Amino acid sequence: MNLEFKVDGGDFTVAGNASSQIKKMLKQLNVDPRIVKRVVIALYEAEVNIVAHAYRGVIYAEIDSRGVRLRLEDEGPGIPDIEQAMTPGFSTASAQVREMGFGAGMGLPNISENADEFKIESEVGKGTTLWINYKF
Amino acid sequence: MNVKDIAERLSLNVFSAHDSLDREVTGGYASDLLSDVMGHAQEGQIWITLQTHKNIMAVASLKDLAAIILVKGFEPDKDTLELSANEGIPVLGTKMQAFELAGKLYEIIK
Repeated sequence: MNLEFKVDGGDFTVAGNASSQIKKMLKQLNVDPRIVKRVVIALYEAEVNIVAHAYRGVIYAEIDSRGVRLRLEDEGPGIPDIEQAMTPGFSTASAQVREMGFGAGMGLPNISENADEFKIESEVGKGTTLWINYKF
Repeated sequence: MNVKDIAERLSLNVFSAHDSLDREVTGGYASDLLSDVMGHAQEGQIWITLQTHKNIMAVASLKDLAAIILVKGFEPDKDTLELSANEGIPVLGTKMQAFELAGKLYEIIK
């Protein structure tokens, strides 16, 4: 099964909608709840990253008998130093985003900890792509 | 112990999802950082926070939390209430600050 969701940058009112839809789908497909929990954590963080940092993005989810494969492509400022971005506590979020309880520098570490496979590529001035995979 | 028992014992306001107060509570988590809650709260816990915007409902729903308790007299935003009703996850409130509430809650559900 292939799913696709568009995510708009800056619109926190719908942050989490795509994660919620994919969670429902995984539950319907009777995916192991332990895997669903990990997918939901990583996916929500990645979705919020698009909302908080990018202009727009698309989430692609592929679910089959082998596992779950997520790809999140955004058009945005990109990440100049990925190693720094992966450091727990490091954040470039605005004061407004931080006041809402986001932007604590926990997003990318949370994604990495809750993925079986995680890859990130970014081009400054163009955008960032994340691959988050789970094997059944 | 369910949400209703806790609401009664701690005299909490029930802002929304009055028909979902039978949700079972397995523990509690106190944090105002959404990523912290996403990463570390467990299913069935009751969440203590001062955040009032609707993203707390998205987090509570994704994590299957039992309910949310807002501290220090904070009240939920209008769209938070709507989402709470839709999701069937109650939002409660108290004038207590987080430390005091967490202490009392810990005593009754430890």
